[in-house]
Amino acid sequence: MIGNVWGWLTTSAHWRGGNGMTAIGTQIQAHVTYSFVAVAIALAIALPLGLFVGHTGRLPFLVSAANTLRALPTVGVLILLTVMIAPDFHGRTDFGYLIPTEIVLVLIAIPPILSNTYAGVQNVDGVVRDAASAMGMTGQQVLVQVELPNSLPLIFSGLRSASLQVIATATIASYLPLGGLGRFIYDGLAQQDFPQMIGGGVLVALLALLTDSVLAFVQRHVVSRGVSGRFSKKAMTAGGPAAADIVQAEVAAV
Amino acid sequence: MTAASTSGAASSSPWHFWAYFSAHRHQDLSWLWAHVWLSALPVVIGLAIALPLGWLASRYKWIYPPMLSIMGLLYTIPSIALFVIIPPLLGLKALNPIQVPIALTIYSVALLVRVVADGLGSVPEDVAQAATAMGFGRVQRLFRVELPIAIPVIAAGLRVATVSNVSIVAVAGTIGLANLGQLFTTGFQLSTPTAYYPPIVLGIVLCVALALAFDGVIVTANRLLTPWRRAVQGR
Repeated sequence: MIGNVWGWLTTSAHWRGGNGMTAIGTQIQAHVTYSFVAVAIALAIALPLGLFVGHTGRLPFLVSAANTLRALPTVGVLILLTVMIAPDFHGRTDFGYLIPTEIVLVLIAIPPILSNTYAGVQNVDGVVRDAASAMGMTGQQVLVQVELPNSLPLIFSGLRSASLQVIATATIASYLPLGGLGRFIYDGLAQQDFPQMIGGGVLVALLALLTDSVLAFVQRHVVSRGVSGRFSKKAMTAGGPAAADIVQAEVAAV
Repeated sequence: MTAASTSGAASSSPWHFWAYFSAHRHQDLSWLWAHVWLSALPVVIGLAIALPLGWLASRYKWIYPPMLSIMGLLYTIPSIALFVIIPPLLGLKALNPIQVPIALTIYSVALLVRVVADGLGSVPEDVAQAATAMGFGRVQRLFRVELPIAIPVIAAGLRVATVSNVSIVAVAGTIGLANLGQLFTTGFQLSTPTAYYPPIVLGIVLCVALALAFDGVIVTANRLLTPWRRAVQGR
């Protein structure tokens, strides 16, 4: 079976497409596009909101309200929104499926980013904040120049957790007639073409691992070394592995 | 909605999910039970595996970074991908009911190892020394002092693991496995040409209720197992 999957993945015709099957490259592009749009929208909503709640301490119930969203079964919400919205488009365009998918993806990306941003700002040492004010910084300067850089490690683990959940859920969107790498999983299942189904699963896993590595790389270059405590090669390993942040981001939200 | 609610038992109104449940009680209950044990059992097995691994990672500091890297990598793999990759790796048939509990156990272990390691690591040094001074041996100290102190941290991890499992089990419904996810696929199939809400809403209601019930059980168990925390708060 493993040989068959490898065969499916390395057949050049599968990457080019045709014969009623769309190309792997096209589906990767679709998957990345759905995911990127959703994470960008969620970031635009949750980051300012988390900074506001963390900085002012006002409306803290927003964070716990977002966290209760996690108890919702994502498949159920996706299908509920689809049967509500899709009939209005009469199957003429993909929008009837695309809009509910993007709504669900944004909904699952908001809680990790929001709660981690909030926790990041909250965790900034009070002494540091006081020192910044004593140096004459305004509230806005404290937020942008002190609290934001100090909370970047937690914000990044929230962003990485959100991206992974979005990539995972975008796969399920292929249960609807939409593109993305899940297409191979659900089509393979329907056609009993198991190499295709498992090959699709492998591609989804690789996309998730690659995305997380890219974000971890960006994180290392964006987060100040004064904050991450990463000064030498030796200190880097002592700081703990980057991949483990994802698990921490999940538990931190409770 | 008023027009729909007057049209009787076969109404497609979202609020008639209970009538749908009554009409398909036998089927829905069997999906609910499947969902209950698929969500809970992997967490129990996962905790049993994560306790020794987490203890190793907290006891031997050099194991902690590589162990947590591996767990983080496992947690990175999307659920539906893990479902379909597991059978060929284990030499099973492509669709096998065992793939879902195995995948969920992997997630639970990945999440709980860190929680156990950090929970045990958070035991204050003077408490551990006091236990030793009172004559506790290594093993006794672990089970009677360090693990109880780590319970609240472990409980927080268990809450995340069970609540996310409830949602992930429903995903397995889309590849044909029997659980509450079947209510969503049924609803989707019945929704052409017009929307038929009852099974979909029923599925969401039951999943949320299940997640809240598990959460309540863990929170209660945590309270019962750590009576000293209430004593401190009460003062």
